[in-house]
Amino acid sequence: MQKLVVIGAGMASGRLLEHLVERAPGRFDITLFGAEPRGNYNRIMLSPVLAGEKSYDEIVTHDAAWYAAKGVTCRFGETVRGIDRERRVVTSAAGETPYDRLVIATGSSPFVIPVPGRDLPGVVTYRDLDDTEAMIAAARRPGGRAVVIGGGLLGLEAAAGLRHRGMDVTVLHLMPHLMERQLDPAASALLQRALEGRGIRVHCRANTRAILGRDRVTGVELDDGTIYAADLVCMAVGIRPATALASDAGLACGRGIQVDDRMVTSDPAVLALGECAEHDGVCYGLVAPLYDMAEVAAATLAGEAAAYTRTETATKLKVTGVDLYSAGDFAPIGADGTARDEIVFRDPARGLYRRLVLKDGRLTGAVMYGDTADGPWFFGLIREGAPVAALGEALIFGPSVAGGDPLDPTAAVAAWPADAPVRRRCNGLSRACDPIAVAQAAA
Amino acid sequence: MNAHPRAPKGAADPPGAGQTVRTACPYCGVGCGVRATPDGRGGVSIAGDTQHPANFGRLCSKGSALGETVDLEGRLLAPQIHGRTASWAEAIELVAERFRSAVGAHGPDSVAFYVSGQLLTEDYYVANKLMKGFIGSANIDTNSRLCMASSVVGHKRAFGADTVPGTYEDLECADLVVLVGSNLAWCHPVLYQRLAAAKAARPGMRVVVVDPRRTATAEIADQLLRLAPGTDVALFNGLLAEIEARGAIDRAFVGQHVTGLDEALAAARSTGIDDVARITGLTRAEIAAFCDAWIGTRRVVTVYSQGVNQSSAGTDKVNAIINAHLATGRIGRAGMGPFSVTGQPNAMGGREVGGLATMLAAHLDIQNPAHRAAVQAFWQAPAMPTEPGLKAVDLFRACADGRIKALWIMSTNPAVSLPQADDVAAAIRACPFVVVSDIMADTDTMRLADVALPATAWGEKSGTVTNSERRISRQRPFLPAPGQARPDWRIVADVGAAMGWADAFDWANEAAVFREHAALSGVAGRLGMDFDIEALAELDDAAYDALAPVQWPLPRAGTRRAGATADGRFFADGGFLHPDGRARMPATVYRPPASTVSADWPLRLNTGRVRDHWHTMTRTAKSARLSAHMAEPYAEIHPRDAAAAGIEPASLVTVESPYGRAVLRALVTDRTPQGTVFAPMHWTALTAACGRVDAVVGAEVDPLSGQPESKAQPVRLTPFRAAWYGFALSRACPRPSAAYWARARGDGLWRIELACDAVPSATPLGDAASGTAGRGAGEAAGEAAGEAAGESDHTAAWIAYARALTGAAAGAEVVSVIDSRGIGVRLAFVAEGRVEAAFYAAAEPVALARAGAVAAF
Repeated sequence: MQKLVVIGAGMASGRLLEHLVERAPGRFDITLFGAEPRGNYNRIMLSPVLAGEKSYDEIVTHDAAWYAAKGVTCRFGETVRGIDRERRVVTSAAGETPYDRLVIATGSSPFVIPVPGRDLPGVVTYRDLDDTEAMIAAARRPGGRAVVIGGGLLGLEAAAGLRHRGMDVTVLHLMPHLMERQLDPAASALLQRALEGRGIRVHCRANTRAILGRDRVTGVELDDGTIYAADLVCMAVGIRPATALASDAGLACGRGIQVDDRMVTSDPAVLALGECAEHDGVCYGLVAPLYDMAEVAAATLAGEAAAYTRTETATKLKVTGVDLYSAGDFAPIGADGTARDEIVFRDPARGLYRRLVLKDGRLTGAVMYGDTADGPWFFGLIREGAPVAALGEALIFGPSVAGGDPLDPTAAVAAWPADAPVRRRCNGLSRACDPIAVAQAAA
Repeated sequence: MNAHPRAPKGAADPPGAGQTVRTACPYCGVGCGVRATPDGRGGVSIAGDTQHPANFGRLCSKGSALGETVDLEGRLLAPQIHGRTASWAEAIELVAERFRSAVGAHGPDSVAFYVSGQLLTEDYYVANKLMKGFIGSANIDTNSRLCMASSVVGHKRAFGADTVPGTYEDLECADLVVLVGSNLAWCHPVLYQRLAAAKAARPGMRVVVVDPRRTATAEIADQLLRLAPGTDVALFNGLLAEIEARGAIDRAFVGQHVTGLDEALAAARSTGIDDVARITGLTRAEIAAFCDAWIGTRRVVTVYSQGVNQSSAGTDKVNAIINAHLATGRIGRAGMGPFSVTGQPNAMGGREVGGLATMLAAHLDIQNPAHRAAVQAFWQAPAMPTEPGLKAVDLFRACADGRIKALWIMSTNPAVSLPQADDVAAAIRACPFVVVSDIMADTDTMRLADVALPATAWGEKSGTVTNSERRISRQRPFLPAPGQARPDWRIVADVGAAMGWADAFDWANEAAVFREHAALSGVAGRLGMDFDIEALAELDDAAYDALAPVQWPLPRAGTRRAGATADGRFFADGGFLHPDGRARMPATVYRPPASTVSADWPLRLNTGRVRDHWHTMTRTAKSARLSAHMAEPYAEIHPRDAAAAGIEPASLVTVESPYGRAVLRALVTDRTPQGTVFAPMHWTALTAACGRVDAVVGAEVDPLSGQPESKAQPVRLTPFRAAWYGFALSRACPRPSAAYWARARGDGLWRIELACDAVPSATPLGDAASGTAGRGAGEAAGEAAGEAAGESDHTAAWIAYARALTGAAAGAEVVSVIDSRGIGVRLAFVAEGRVEAAFYAAAEPVALARAGAVAAF
């Protein structure tokens, strides 16, 4: 039986092991190292935990009993310190563990901005259950004040959770508007209005100079001199793939650990997957590609042919009452440096926003705010690469429109008698794709 | 709002709310009876008059919508002198003085009236009397010149008078009805309905439609003869030759009542059947089938309209048709005869009073000394012209070259409706003194007026009209005159009095005018003329008010007019009105339209009407229902011609001739034959940026009737390319700023089509995308830059443009869809939960079903 060592007990490795024990039962003697002293949980559900909507038990995916049942040796709380690829062993506090095949799934680390005071007690990142519990604990103190640095997806979820738990919350964001990667200024303004409506203070163009405090955090100072008092500072300014172990072992790394389509690193005995991996120049931070990678990696280990291809991703802002959905690549400027086509729908009165990004007549990305019900449909179009040019800008109104007949140009001619026969009438369509109808839908 | 200008003013007011008034429709020459019930708040409900013999209760779309056209929006409510409100006294005195001084300095022929088939008989009579009897010129012509002047001349050549021999019943009791150059279904809908009902009841009845186009009327046709434009004379000459060849000449009738058969036959025979086929483009089989049907059916009615009249050979076409009926004796009997259907509600009344430059009065002849003397004596007129005056086209040419010093236009819109309309507008502008009487404050012609005089409208005015079957009906008022508006006859009479002829222009009311007109017709009747309604000359006011629809001739009791038969028709037993009592058969020879197509001008432009609009739309454009049918000026183009010119369906097309251009929506269809383009003539500078089709049409005229050839102008088509195309809906009347636009009313909204040369920019563009009215796109955009937090300049510019166009309130929230691919803009302005305006723009004509958008608004 071959020895398989897996470093990292997060969502990627959990899914990998599920697939592997199904595809190649009994082939591997598996040892799982996990830095956190617990099993595997659904990390993307931490925000509901923070918000008090879910408990830890509800987000656990693989506990000790599951691993035991699958014959996996778990070494949770034990950090791997090195890899000797020559001898095919990994080193931890308990000594060396040999492997025939090695899987690195170390995930990523939150980025900590290099300012004075960043190590003070009361300064947390937002990455794991410990961070979450630290924040929950801080929120228990009445009148507590929190500063969240970072107005992206994670930072806003943290801010909403803390606010929900009763803290006075300020979001500091370096850029001119929130979630600038997903939203244009108009949509961002809608979001900011919604957050402010629930009592969250938002300060954009906020460049943190220092975190203040002697024994523990007391505030945050910006480079314009503004000071926000704080009992808790949460940094949510991005993540970095955790590649130190791999690069120390001499594996090829870019931003992440470079893998081929089979999830194999520069060492054929070693695989990598998840947020620590870099495939075709791209590192992922969302769950869908991790799951795809896990399936490919399991197949590779099982000796089956499989190839990973780029995964389109979709994400939802998990703030109750604020619906924001984004999918695919919605950068206004593509990787090739050219501006993408866009269709943008705005209804500021009703707090609605949609942005579709297109390339060569196909949808590559979508951002929706306010009403995200059509999100999965757009996500489907993105993944399928379906041609959508024929739908024109009506595409933005979603499947209720696009499911109808295509527009008959002759029906559009005012000169065409209303009572004359036309090949296809499309009154229903015209109604649905009309901003009039959209505007009146709420009335 | 100000005090309602329709507020009741006294005892002379028409009947009150809820009281039904029987009147006549003001649109086409069918002359339907209408029951109007005012609601007392300025509105009225409309129904067909079941007792009126023209329609027996039926109404068409236009007639049914009359209630939607009587509001006061846009009405001229007070006299204006150079744009300033003036009193009637001042306006009348000014008009009288300017006409008097022009006549004094330059003679009677230095002034002119251009009047209208929309005028009531009483109006027409007074205008004609003033010009011909007192000013002493025959320079009074009418828009009927554009409509049926060729029929008038054709009738006079054949019959010796302008007589319509038949009645509407003939269309119902004929076994064959031939419709020549008549889209009866759209232009005379109730007559068409009567025909269709008769055909349904009597399936043996046959209908032949002779028209280059496949119009809505073709739906009823057993045979559709799509002959080449303008070739009717060849077809009917072929028929006449065939009548003779088959021995179908009614020798007894011809021998007794007709002169000129041999010459007409010789001319007809000179065009052999092969030539007829070549000229008309019809197959020999089609021609033979037509001849079989026509010759083989004794009860045959040949109905004709503008396709015949509006031609440089219009008079010959009329006579070619009449010749076939004279040769077979098929005239004036039930179900037999030639039948001219007129376009206007009172074209016939105008002919009866002599309100054309070529007529005198009461069907009398201006060049006949006895007729002149009789009329002069009757009127006690100081001066009578001895020669015809200027016909419409020449009249405006005389304005252009300075011969006309004072011009009075009544109830018509020649800056739109005459051929070479741009030249006509320039001619009116060039005339030193122009008076325009109209019900509307703003028309293309009113914009050229020195003095604007407010006339009363349908529903307010009182008088009579005559329809196409010689039936006189009362138009009765059911609404008070608004503001200071006055009846046309009263305005003209006041000017006549102010010019010094108070005694001759002193009538107490319209009934008194009518009595004088009827009395004069008695004079004419005694001179042997057909038009005689002397029996009505003694009607008292009450009897006039109560006058039921009545068909002429109506001579004094105990007398009978020449040619008239006991059943209300003419000429069944001869009695033609030439001195010898015989009809004439002029030899007609086919000649092609005056202008020839060429490589530069390869297509013929055919103009006409649409079903739901009337003339220049000053009234029908008020109705949402009527505007829905055709909301934009358009051109029907054959698919092969469209392909050759690179014109896509629903794109915009420039239709151009040496005289002018129009920009129209392309409706690619084989309803119009290859080589021709059809465009409706209704759109004006008020309803479209460049939709005046008569600006394109050259002023070639029939040499006898002076009627313009409105259906054969050589033109070329080019695609009209714009940077973007738009469509908008708004509550307020849109103020377009665009190279192309066309606006129309909807129910509680306006709709507008647009095409612009430049995309709105956040920075002022100078004159880019500028238009005829309103502000430039750039200027408007600049004002609203930064309007919505976070909007791009691009989006803000579109929003600003749309706001300026639609008049949406500054506080309205904007729902937007902006597509960066080319141009894709959809905007809705929402205020207080209601959509105020919607705006769409695209790089191609906006692909959106208009009906759906309007319904959703």
